[in-house]
Amino acid sequence: MIKIRRNRLYAVLFIVSSSAVAVGLVLIALNQNINLFYSPSELLESGPLKNKSIRIGGLVEKGSLNRVSDSLEVNFIITDLKEKVAVKYSGILPDLFKEDAGVVATGYYDKNNNSFQAFEILAKHDENYEPKEVVNALEGK
Amino acid sequence: MSKILKKFITFYHKLGSYPWFYKFSGIAIPYVAFISLIPLFIGLGWGIFYSPTDYKQGDVYRIIYMHVPAASVSQSIYYTMTIAAIVSMIWRMKMAGIFIKSMAPIGASFTFLALISGSIWGQPTWGTWWIWDARLTSTLVLFIFYIAIISLYSSFSEKKSADQAVSILTLVGAVNLPIIKKSVDWWNTLHQPSSIKLTESSTISLEMLYPLLLSIIGFYLIVLLSGLMAMRAEIAKREINKEWFKSL
Repeated sequence: MIKIRRNRLYAVLFIVSSSAVAVGLVLIALNQNINLFYSPSELLESGPLKNKSIRIGGLVEKGSLNRVSDSLEVNFIITDLKEKVAVKYSGILPDLFKEDAGVVATGYYDKNNNSFQAFEILAKHDENYEPKEVVNALEGK
Repeated sequence: MSKILKKFITFYHKLGSYPWFYKFSGIAIPYVAFISLIPLFIGLGWGIFYSPTDYKQGDVYRIIYMHVPAASVSQSIYYTMTIAAIVSMIWRMKMAGIFIKSMAPIGASFTFLALISGSIWGQPTWGTWWIWDARLTSTLVLFIFYIAIISLYSSFSEKKSADQAVSILTLVGAVNLPIIKKSVDWWNTLHQPSSIKLTESSTISLEMLYPLLLSIIGFYLIVLLSGLMAMRAEIAKREINKEWFKSL
């Protein structure tokens, strides 16, 4: 390879590796903050400050969903299959919100009684795509 | 082996020649246009009208037939631009500069389509149009890089220095590509992991997967078509006063 081209190749490698290192350092520094939500286990381990809005994510525990009659208020439990957090919310839930399905809640955590007052509920969809008929047949409906 | 290598090298040198590419693309464009329509129409038509309804999301899942192909090509275009940037920096091949200049607006359009279609899907399924999770944010960064490449290019009056500057910026932006790909595995995000898997069985049923693969192929062919057209136009723009172009 001609010398000038080899030098240009070094320039290319230098640009790519230096920007990779720069971005990598930023990502390492931000690591925890890039995560969209805390799991219940992480929350119990290092309970964040009170009066600071955070996101918590996990599964809606089966059988825990409880709608208060004559209001939009709902209570349910978010679990990561190890720890649990009780969530209170008042408002309209997204279509995909279901028991045993993924959820991300934004709100305030109260460490004293392990409860979470949410002001926003988002449904987390998984990567499974199945035809309706097949699932109904499997479940024997 | 050396014969194949020689042929490849000849092809590579031909690629660098404006008259050859102008002639070749003029012949190829109508064929590519015709071939690209077939998988695109079958894929989208099958996906939107005939594939089964999803058990959880209902019919809104059909946005996948635009969203996934658009997101896929938006990243692939940047990969090819990165290769062109390396070629342009080391060998100063002018055609590589033309390639980056022509592909950047196409990449920006498909990234925009991926962001918008994802947003329209996110509102009914997640309950929000936008969230600053790692996948969505890194895709937005990709879009911004495309826009930056387009505007950096247009800020130069001299093509040669424009090609070099744009190559450097393209290389810097390439760091973002593995981040987009791995964001859903490295961090917890609202965006789900990929349903189409290369090494294990996919988590999307085959009746939904086949039309999706067809529309992905269709999108790639449309990108090829618009790339050829854009590069041809850019060659005409740069060479308009040259002898070979006038004699056409």
